[in-house]
Amino acid sequence: MNSANNIKVAGFGGQGVMMFGQILAYSATKEELFGLWFPSYGPETRGGTANCSVIVSNKQINSPVFKNADHLIAFNAPSLEKFRRNLASDGLILYNSSLIKEKIEECDQLCVGVPINDIALELGNVKVANMVMMGAYLELTNLFGDVTIHAIIKKILGEKKAHLVDLNKQALAAGKDFVKKLGVQYA
Amino acid sequence: MRVKYEKSKGLTDTPLTYCPGCTHGIIHKLVAESLVELDILDKAIAIASVGCSVFSYQFFNCDAQQAPHGRACAEATGIKRVLPDNIVFTYQGDGDLASIGIAETIHAANRGENITVIFVNNAIYGMTGGQMAPTSLIGQKTTTSQDGRDQAHHGNPIKISEMFATIDGVAYLERVSVHDPKHYIKAKKAIKKAFRYQKEKRGFTMVELISTCPVNWGVKPVDAMKWVASDMIPVFPLGVFKDKGATNE
Amino acid sequence: MAKILMKGNEAIALAAIKGGIDAFYGYPITPQNEIPEYLSKHMLDLGRVFLQSESEVSAINMVYGAAGAGKRVMTSSSSPGIALKQEGISYIAAAELPCVIVSVMRGGPGLGSIQPSQGDYYQATRGGGNGDYQLIVYAPESIQETIDIMKDSFNIADYYRNPVLVLVDGLIGQMMESVDFDKPVKERELPEKDWATNGTINHPGRRNVANSLHLDPYGLEQHNIHLQKKYNLIKENETAFELVNMKDAEYVIVAYGTMARICRSAIEMLNEKGIKVGMIRPITLWPFPEAAFDEISEKAKGILCCELSMGQMIDDVLIANNGRHKVGFFGRSGGVLPDPEEIVDAIVNFKDKVVK
Repeated sequence: MNSANNIKVAGFGGQGVMMFGQILAYSATKEELFGLWFPSYGPETRGGTANCSVIVSNKQINSPVFKNADHLIAFNAPSLEKFRRNLASDGLILYNSSLIKEKIEECDQLCVGVPINDIALELGNVKVANMVMMGAYLELTNLFGDVTIHAIIKKILGEKKAHLVDLNKQALAAGKDFVKKLGVQYA
Repeated sequence: MRVKYEKSKGLTDTPLTYCPGCTHGIIHKLVAESLVELDILDKAIAIASVGCSVFSYQFFNCDAQQAPHGRACAEATGIKRVLPDNIVFTYQGDGDLASIGIAETIHAANRGENITVIFVNNAIYGMTGGQMAPTSLIGQKTTTSQDGRDQAHHGNPIKISEMFATIDGVAYLERVSVHDPKHYIKAKKAIKKAFRYQKEKRGFTMVELISTCPVNWGVKPVDAMKWVASDMIPVFPLGVFKDKGATNE
Repeated sequence: MAKILMKGNEAIALAAIKGGIDAFYGYPITPQNEIPEYLSKHMLDLGRVFLQSESEVSAINMVYGAAGAGKRVMTSSSSPGIALKQEGISYIAAAELPCVIVSVMRGGPGLGSIQPSQGDYYQATRGGGNGDYQLIVYAPESIQETIDIMKDSFNIADYYRNPVLVLVDGLIGQMMESVDFDKPVKERELPEKDWATNGTINHPGRRNVANSLHLDPYGLEQHNIHLQKKYNLIKENETAFELVNMKDAEYVIVAYGTMARICRSAIEMLNEKGIKVGMIRPITLWPFPEAAFDEISEKAKGILCCELSMGQMIDDVLIANNGRHKVGFFGRSGGVLPDPEEIVDAIVNFKDKVVK
């Protein structure tokens, strides 16, 4: 792992963008690293675009604000457009190819499209699209192992939604499989 | 020799600062006697407000806090919530309660805070020198309504007891006067009842007392008492506006 | 206990519980709502008091009441809400009652925005309330530091019989970080609250009165002299700051809260460029750490005051510097957060930033 990973996660409200970011910060905390998450908050998070910043670091985090992200996770086209210019030169763009159909031009970084909505629908619930994305992201970055992520997902879903744990695990696995089949590598 | 009369133990030895003919002194005495008779003086915490009664924290022989203008009921709430077994009361004039502090008073009443409000209505700002109060009567001349209160310009005198009677959290509410011995006895009963209800944890209690201000009204003390009967009571009719206990008993 | 990930506002609430809060009174305002929300859920279960008031004005006066009654009481709000509380804060300070006030700053003036800001430095350190009074003002830079301060805040308030203001910006309120609640709190021998207005039944033979009225001018002057003595004692004992990288620093940044953390990253970047930059990070804004400025090397080329405002703390920086070095200013306002690169640029182009 790099000493610090600056991660930008963005999409429509309701796509599980904030939760995606929080899972990374929870996982960092569980693995006794330093995790930091902050949302764009306020009226813009309702109905419009939502984004959050996450820092996962093996040392004390200084600035919560970063100019360039190492990783951009774009759940829709406006998010990709808005944040792709602020990306480290050796960075990673992971995007939702179910909603972003055009080829990404002039991209120096590794760009990986994953049809997360389609994969989630095949699994029977479009709401786990963010976990498909998570699987793909972890396959590319190896940031956290399955044991950690599974424990965090179980904790977040709680007793009321315990029946959804398996579906979320399947979604993670499906995201990982998709990237494996693509044969792309990062880091 | 037999003691026929003595000052209530509910009052300190500090001389009252009120003007001749003002009925604050009488009302202080009624409050003090009620606290003693109900054996709650040592549990009582008085909230002095801003106005002529600002110094009441020196007069009531119990613990006290002095509140910013209008905020007495908020302060009383803050205390009562952390000390539910104490007796907490506010002593407020019409400017303090009915103007700047009406929000705090309404919400304390609406929450049914188990406190007692002694509301002294003399239809004028006394301490600041006789300005128009929210309860000043139509036609009443004050330093800020020199041609008399004009309904079209200033609105009508606000009727606190009538308003508060609509609030569910109010357990007991009565308007009384102390301008003659008959009314004085009734006022004492009302104040004592309000404190008894608080002791029994029945909810928000308030007694509105029609009071005098001969200095700022520009009349002699005796005429002030007459003016209460002839001019104020017709606008602010006396009586019980709410008594939850009565229906329960 | 292992670290947990927690949102700043919720961490403030939990730290208050751990710090021994008896009662909370407050009114909703963004971006601090998770504080009352968390407390509304947990205080009643603990047998403590939580009450949502009808206004900020009412909330601070409820605090006045409960503080006078001897209880550990707190309110929280954000910039315009703190403005409404100023009258009550002045009364509480005047009556020498302990309480804790949390302000999660948002952009101003007026209704402003709900994004992070440090535009209330004056409000916190100069007071919007009337008269000669001071709050003990803490400005933590992280959720961890906020927790540590919150846990100690009731002790400090009780010790000095003075309101403590914990001042954070909206980012600290809204972000989540890995935090540890088990760091020990400094032990303080606290005086008994024999002044509490809890009924003479608890202190027979003596009436306790919470009051700020002193009509005799000589009496009020004596009261003010007494307060100043206490404020001087607080200056002596409680002034807190951190020095970062100060040895042989060519430039010294002065920053607090979130801005200080952004500057930490900028300092690392500048070091990589071969520019040695240090930082004075006030942890207490009042008392302001004037003595820290003696640590600046005589050879230093300048001081850069960085704030999320148009420049408020810079007044104290200028006073503390006392003409020794050139002072520059960098600020963003309205809720805009600069990235560390902007601070790097400001140091590189320091001459353009000089104000005095």
